Amino acid sequence: MSFVEVRNIFQSYGSRPILERVNLDVAKGDFISIVGASGCGKSTFLRLLLAQEVPTRGTIRIDGNDPAVEPGRERGVVFQRYSVFPHMSVRENIVAGESFHRCWGRFYGAGKKQALDRADETLNRIGLAHVADAYPATLSGGMQQRLAIGQALVARPRILLLDEPFGALDPGTRLAMHDFLMELRAQTRMTVFMVTHDLEEGFKLGDRVLVFDKTRWDADYPDNYGATITYDFDARNGGIPFQDIMEEHNVLLSA
Amino acid sequence: MRLINRSPGRPAALVLMALPFVAVLAAYAIGSEVRLAENPQDKLLPAPAQILETAIRLFTEGDRRSGRILLWYDTGASLARLAIGVGIAALSALAFGMAIGMLPYARRTLNAFVGVISMVPPLAILPILFIIFGLGEVSKVALIVIGITPVMIRDLSARTLEIPREMIVKAETLGASSAVIAMRVVLPQILPRLIASVRLALGPAWLFLIAAEAIAAQLGLGYRIFLVRRYLAMDVILTYVIWITLLAFLMDYALRLLSRKAFPWTEAAL
Ligand SMILES: Nc1ncnc2c1ncn2[C@@H]1O[C@H](COP(=O)(O)OP(=O)(O)OP(=O)(O)O)[C@@H](O)[C@H]1O
Ligand SMILES: [Mg+2]
Repeated sequence: MSFVEVRNIFQSYGSRPILERVNLDVAKGDFISIVGASGCGKSTFLRLLLAQEVPTRGTIRIDGNDPAVEPGRERGVVFQRYSVFPHMSVRENIVAGESFHRCWGRFYGAGKKQALDRADETLNRIGLAHVADAYPATLSGGMQQRLAIGQALVARPRILLLDEPFGALDPGTRLAMHDFLMELRAQTRMTVFMVTHDLEEGFKLGDRVLVFDKTRWDADYPDNYGATITYDFDARNGGIPFQDIMEEHNVLLSA
Repeated sequence: MRLINRSPGRPAALVLMALPFVAVLAAYAIGSEVRLAENPQDKLLPAPAQILETAIRLFTEGDRRSGRILLWYDTGASLARLAIGVGIAALSALAFGMAIGMLPYARRTLNAFVGVISMVPPLAILPILFIIFGLGEVSKVALIVIGITPVMIRDLSARTLEIPREMIVKAETLGASSAVIAMRVVLPQILPRLIASVRLALGPAWLFLIAAEAIAAQLGLGYRIFLVRRYLAMDVILTYVIWITLLAFLMDYALRLLSRKAFPWTEAAL
C-alpha cells in the first residue's frame, strides 16, 4: 500500500469538469512536481490533496487513513502568497506553527519559554534569526516564503503541499530557495507535492514530475472534459534515466 | 507640468490648510460687523468677541440657580451616552461581523436580515424607542446603537470575508480550531478595521445623540442647543457647536493614534 493513494478522482464545479480519472500512488518521502497549462486544475488537485475541497468522486488517503473532509495538521501547505500571518512577528509566526493546535492557540509559562527557544533555533536554521522581531510585510518575498515553509514544517505535517511557492520570486532568489528546500527535505524526508510553472525547477527538485492535461478535447466545447495525469516522469538524476541506461548499455558493449 | 503632478511645498501646504478656516472666520466677522452696524440689537451673527466672552462664561461660571457649570454637565451626560452607545455597537458589530464573515451558518441566517435592518431609517423609529424605553437614558443609547450597528456589522463582516482564504486554510493546517482561528487570526486582523469603522460611525452617532437629546432630555449638549434656540442665543449655540466639533475631532484623532500605536503591523512595509 502506498503512502498517498489517489483513487479515481473527479472534480467538477457546477457542470464543468476540471479533473477526471486521476489516479496516483506516491511513496513516502517522494518529492512530486506537478506541471501543466494554466487553468488545467493543478491548484484544484492540490486543494483536494489538502482536503480544502472534497472531490465530486473518488478518494484520497494518506497512510491508509480515512479521506479527510477538512484541512488538518497532517497536511502542511505554502501558497504563492498569504501564507504567513501579517499581524505576528517572524518569531510568533514560527511559534504559531506549534501552538495553533493547542486549546487557546498559545503556550503558557515554561512551555512558552521553551517554544520561543525552539522557534529561535528554527529561525537560525532557516536563516531568519536576524529578523525575528520584524513583521512579515517588512521581509523580501524570498524571506516570506522561507518563513512560510519553516512555519509549515514546525507543525510536522505528513505531507507538504506547495502551490507555486517560488512563482513570485526573482531567478536568483529562486535558486537560493531551491537549495533551502533541498536542505530541509534532506533533513526531514518529507513527502512533498509542488505545483510549478517552471519545468526546469520541477525536474531539478522532484523525484517525479506529473503533467496534467486533457486527454479528450472537444473543439466546440473546450470545457466539456477535465484534465488528468498524462505523463509521469521519473525525475531523479535530473530526469534523464535513459542516459544511464544507454551508458550501461555502451559500457557493456565495449566490454 | 500637469496639474495632477504639481504639489505644494511644506510652507505652502500649511498656508493652504489654514486658508478655508481663515476664509470662513473672516466671512463671519465681516457679516457680523455689517449686521451689527445696521442694528446693534441683532442676534443672528454675534460678534466674535462676544462669542468668546460667552464661551468663557459657559466654561467657567456656574448656573445662577444650581451653581453647576452646565456645559461640563452637558458634556459629561452626552459623552456618557455616546460612549455607551458606540461601545455596545462596536462590540456587537465585532461579534456579529466576525460570525457572519467566518461561519456559513451565521452568514445564511443573518446576512439578509442585517441588510434589510440597515435600511430602516433610525430616526423614524425614535418615537417607538421613546414609547418602549421611555424618555430616559435607555432610548437615547438605543437610538445610537440601532443607528450605527447594522452598518458596522456589514462593514466588519465584509472585512472578515476579505481575509485571504489562504491564511485561514494555513491556520487550519497548523491544527487551529474555529475558536483559535477566530481569536488568533481573524480578531487581530479585524481590530484595526473595527477602529476605522468606529471612526466612520462617530459622525452618525453624534447625529443620533443630538437628535434624541433635542427631543427629550434634561441634560446634554444637544438638549442645551435646542433649549437656548428659543431665546435666539446664537452665541451659546455657536459655542456648543464649536465645542462638539472639537470633541468629535479629538475622538477621531485619538482613535487614529490608537490604531497606529496598537497595531504597528498595519503600517509595516518593506
Ligand atoms: N471554486 C471554484 N469554483 C468554480 N471554478 C473554479 C473554482 N476553483 C477553480 N475553478 C476553475 O477551475 C479551473 C482550474 O483552476 P486551477 O486553479 O486548479 O488551475 P491551475 O492549473 O492551478 O492554474 P494556474 O496555473 O493558473 O494556477 C479554472 O478554470 C478555474 O476557473
Ligand atoms: Mg494554480
